[in-house]
Amino acid sequence: MHTFYNFVSGPLAWVAFILFFGGSIYRIASMLKLVAEKERFIFSYMSWRYSLRSILHWIIPFATVNWRRQPVLTVVTFTFHLCLLATPIFLLSHVVLWDEAFNVSWWTLPDAVADVMTIIVILGAVYFLVRRVTQPEVKFVTSASDFVILTIVAAPFITGFLAYHQWLSYPLMMCLHVLAGDILLAAMPFTRLSHMLFSPFTRAYMGSEFGKVRHARDW
Amino acid sequence: MAEPSKKEATKVVDEGIDVGISRLTEEKIQSVINSVIDEETGARLKTYVETCVHCGLCSEACHYYLSHDNDPHYSPVGKVKQTIWEMVKKKGRVTPEFIRQAAIIAQTECNLCKRCAQYCPFGIDIAYLMSVVRRIIHRLGVTPLYIQDTAHSHSVTMNQMWVKGDEWPDTLQWQEEEAQAEIPDLRIPLEKEGADIMYSVIAPEPKFQAQLIYQAAVIMHVAGVDWTMPASMGWDNSDMAMFTGDNELMGRLKRTHFETAARLKVKKIVMGECGHAFRSVYDMGNRWLGWAMPPFTIVHAIEFYHDIIKEGRIKIARKYKPPITLHDPCNVVRGGGLHEKARFVAHAICENVIEMHPNREHNYCCGAGGGVINTGPPFKMTRITGNRVKAEQLFGAKTKGAEVLVAPCHNCHSGLHDIVHHYEIGLDIKFFGDIIYEVMEKPA
Repeated sequence: MHTFYNFVSGPLAWVAFILFFGGSIYRIASMLKLVAEKERFIFSYMSWRYSLRSILHWIIPFATVNWRRQPVLTVVTFTFHLCLLATPIFLLSHVVLWDEAFNVSWWTLPDAVADVMTIIVILGAVYFLVRRVTQPEVKFVTSASDFVILTIVAAPFITGFLAYHQWLSYPLMMCLHVLAGDILLAAMPFTRLSHMLFSPFTRAYMGSEFGKVRHARDW
Repeated sequence: MAEPSKKEATKVVDEGIDVGISRLTEEKIQSVINSVIDEETGARLKTYVETCVHCGLCSEACHYYLSHDNDPHYSPVGKVKQTIWEMVKKKGRVTPEFIRQAAIIAQTECNLCKRCAQYCPFGIDIAYLMSVVRRIIHRLGVTPLYIQDTAHSHSVTMNQMWVKGDEWPDTLQWQEEEAQAEIPDLRIPLEKEGADIMYSVIAPEPKFQAQLIYQAAVIMHVAGVDWTMPASMGWDNSDMAMFTGDNELMGRLKRTHFETAARLKVKKIVMGECGHAFRSVYDMGNRWLGWAMPPFTIVHAIEFYHDIIKEGRIKIARKYKPPITLHDPCNVVRGGGLHEKARFVAHAICENVIEMHPNREHNYCCGAGGGVINTGPPFKMTRITGNRVKAEQLFGAKTKGAEVLVAPCHNCHSGLHDIVHHYEIGLDIKFFGDIIYEVMEKPA
């Protein structure tokens, strides 16, 4: 178990981080390269003002018509994404690891808060799962990959939660937790989790087209 | 009642589609799809397909989806799944029957209204994805017959309605004479080089709505506008090629239009109350020709009326009495931001303006746009049953007292006419021009 833990938190973690950062840069760079090669005109329509106007509306809960039409989903998706991003970055035990390895540290969440945020992520994932299998318009466009990416996202939180509370086998859970985290990091640039990377660009482009050419709101 | 999640098999007979399909082989399909995807698309298609998280949040944007009791086959993303996703995923290895369905979906079950772009949290341009499908359908020769015929007319005559070379100036002269019975010194100036404005219309106006040209001439005359109309090809600003995916033809049309304006040395192009033509001249055709924005100032009729009323160039003798409700056409409102100007005009000429809901950028499409009405009789019911929510929306406005529906767009006009008739809503439909002509001060 120790060897395995050392592997997933050592070499494999390096691989995961390299894939995450390298992959993200690669994906964005290749998208921009493709734009430059084949749809250069997109650059001439881009506007900082209208890009930010559009992004701003869509990253604020209830600031768009569709967010207001879907109040439950809006609350769930915003808290889910916020907790999903913030918990791993500001978790005390993660920061301790950074501190031990690289002698860097930053502000951390109280453990009890992080615990609640973890539960929010898990419940959010359950909500998305239920929505996916029960809502006809979502079910119709669901493929196996949707369940896979949801699992990839939920796994580090479920295992982390179990490990923190020392339910089931703690050493096993820790190993699985680190492994799941590695998988999540590595998968982000290369699956549809890459919406994290691309959505600001697609939103900005649509915002620019609506603002600059169409003179209409895109929210 | 049909199961909400089941779509009935579409068995429409359309000669353009059916004959086209009978000529297809799987090899041809594959090579065309891959050629379009590899050579004609780029980062947009790839990023949109890979970024979509299949959340379904675009669904409620679509009038087809809402009108079919939330049948997911009609949701924007559902239509993407049934067309371009499969084509991309299978690298073009799809059957002729699949192409048949894709043609029906892309050409008749989507108006390219872009309302879904306002509902997708990522701003994925689903109308663009449907345009890519239409492009594939065009290159496979499977475009519905009626709209393809319109495109043929464009190709031969540079207008949408097979209006022959001599019929055009003839019609203008006829309308000039008619109008001179009312205002003796009125002219429809043809080929006037250096005029301020070239006024352009869509071919259905000379073909069967010549009174609209009469009305426009009266408005121009009273407002004292220095205007002209071309006697040559290039007078028609319409463009069905844009909606069949025949981009090359769209380019020919717009080049002819812009070059005609350049030949006449006008300062701007004012266009009649048409939505799709505005999209073509202002947004799509110019891009195909390499102009980020059109080479001429493009003034849609709504904006033109707004300006001449605001500047006091025409006076309203007495405001229009019957309560009106205003339909915001997608192409000039979601596509051109003219909603507030339209309201200015409406309030300036009418006593009572009743808003329908939703409105402005969030208005529901008429169901005729995007070339859907131009696919003709085989698909008439597709767009009428596919837009029950429009009927409900109009009925809502009627309940609040509206008697007249103002639709400043030709396609909207015709599409709404069918909806009002089919659902027995009982609203008169008018253009702004109809009302302005009626209520403005004219020389005695």
